[in-house]
Amino acid sequence: MPNFILYALLAGIGVALLTGPLGSFVVWRRMAYLGDTLAHSALFGVALGLLLSINLNIAIVAVCTTLALLFVAMQHNQSLATDTLLGILAHSSLALGLVAVAIIDSPSVNLFSYMFGDLLATSIKDIALIYGVGVIVLGLLIWFWRQLLSFTVQADLAKVEGINTTFIRTLLMVLLAVVIAVAMKVVGVLLVTALLIIPAATSRRLSKTPEQMAIVSALIGCLAVCGGLAASYWLNTPTGPSIVLSATTFFVISLSKKVAI
Amino acid sequence: MSRLPNQYITPDKRLNGTPTIMNATPNHPTAQPLIEASSIGFTRHKRDILRNANLQVYAKELVTLIGPNGAGKSTLIRILLGLLKPDAGRVIRRPDLRIGYMPQKVSIDPTLPLTVKGFLGLAGGDRNAVSQALALTDASHLENYAMQSLSGGEMQRVLLSRALYRKPHLLVLDEPVQGVDVAGQSKLYQLISNLRDELECGVLMVSHDLHIVMAATDRVVCLNQHICCEGHPEAVSTHPEFLQLFGKTEDTGIAIYTHHHDHTHDGSHSHDHACQGDHHA
Repeated sequence: MPNFILYALLAGIGVALLTGPLGSFVVWRRMAYLGDTLAHSALFGVALGLLLSINLNIAIVAVCTTLALLFVAMQHNQSLATDTLLGILAHSSLALGLVAVAIIDSPSVNLFSYMFGDLLATSIKDIALIYGVGVIVLGLLIWFWRQLLSFTVQADLAKVEGINTTFIRTLLMVLLAVVIAVAMKVVGVLLVTALLIIPAATSRRLSKTPEQMAIVSALIGCLAVCGGLAASYWLNTPTGPSIVLSATTFFVISLSKKVAI
Repeated sequence: MSRLPNQYITPDKRLNGTPTIMNATPNHPTAQPLIEASSIGFTRHKRDILRNANLQVYAKELVTLIGPNGAGKSTLIRILLGLLKPDAGRVIRRPDLRIGYMPQKVSIDPTLPLTVKGFLGLAGGDRNAVSQALALTDASHLENYAMQSLSGGEMQRVLLSRALYRKPHLLVLDEPVQGVDVAGQSKLYQLISNLRDELECGVLMVSHDLHIVMAATDRVVCLNQHICCEGHPEAVSTHPEFLQLFGKTEDTGIAIYTHHHDHTHDGSHSHDHACQGDHHA
């Protein structure tokens, strides 16, 4: 197996292990559109990183996180419906990113690779970043699991029972922003939400508890990465879209099974 | 009118035509309340939802909060729970007060595979307490059911179990009988009353229906932006402000209250016809 495939496989699996549990929260809390919004803002992060000549990954994480926090703040004084608010943020940030990238006009920016991912160009450094971030994200998820879940099920009850819901909501947003910024590498801005949602939706039919759903979802994500990479290698198809289609295949197969609970 | 309307009211209260707060907690004249809201004001969209509302709940006391739609009942409850910040006034809790809260409704996304056991476990603490809490509300058989599969009455029992799970000093129940049929309603109220005795906690409950809660309630607080009147259920049900809110209106289905009140003043069960003339006079 050529090295670049091995790197791609390691990176893809690392990302799938994160998008599985986080994606479960996205599905439970109906945050798919928020995922899209954050992903769209990543392009602006790229432009900003080039402009300030800082590490692009850090710039993307910073922009996604800022937008997530901005959303939490704006949602607090609700005068607009959430989907309207997200629509404004998503498309403004995407447009801003496209304009900024065009103005900078740097030869080092391959817009296409950000839009659809560039897994086959994964370097050792990328893998180190994915697993470094991954350990922190999964650690926080496990540490705050009960609070996150309780907040997701009924925020008022969680608050009365002493959970700091503002902190938990913010934590969830920041984790999501970070995971999206990292996962962008695999499937790109336009497809990153698929990696969050499809494995989780597939896992739903096989799981009896939230914990099971998060774990099974991570495993399905890993399988989807393997399947997509294999297809990409043998059939010479684009990697990111192949991974998404491979996940979709698993989802369709899962439809034949009755919901576990 | 019923024959024994005034037997529960002292003469001075009968003469008292202006709305005053009746002190109906003679057994706690000096005790510290579990929770106390004083001079609460809450305004949204330039409308006063609450004005100068005061409410105390003492240990082992069952207080029912009633009021017409839009009276601010849920707002007051949410302020007491700390879920909303009042624009005026303040809430004082006894130190280390543990509250068990039963929200009006919990809707869990169908994509979340959650059993009743798992739902109670979200409150943290000892897992053994889950089956105890379910047993208290006669819901042990539901332990492994999916939350989404519960009927209205089953859901209310499970929510009540979750509220009891942390062994609260104060139970706050926001319309606990919503979605429960009439037969189930009085059973659920009976259960709440029994639990109060068994667990010796204070209970604050929002209700629409004075008739059914009457037997179990120590004190009724009638809210319509401000506290109109409060006291023993029998006394409140004849209070002029209460009657103005619930008794005199014939439209919007409020007539049902009138009917119920007469049931309760009377203390008998065979007076329906005797009351009719009075209602429609």
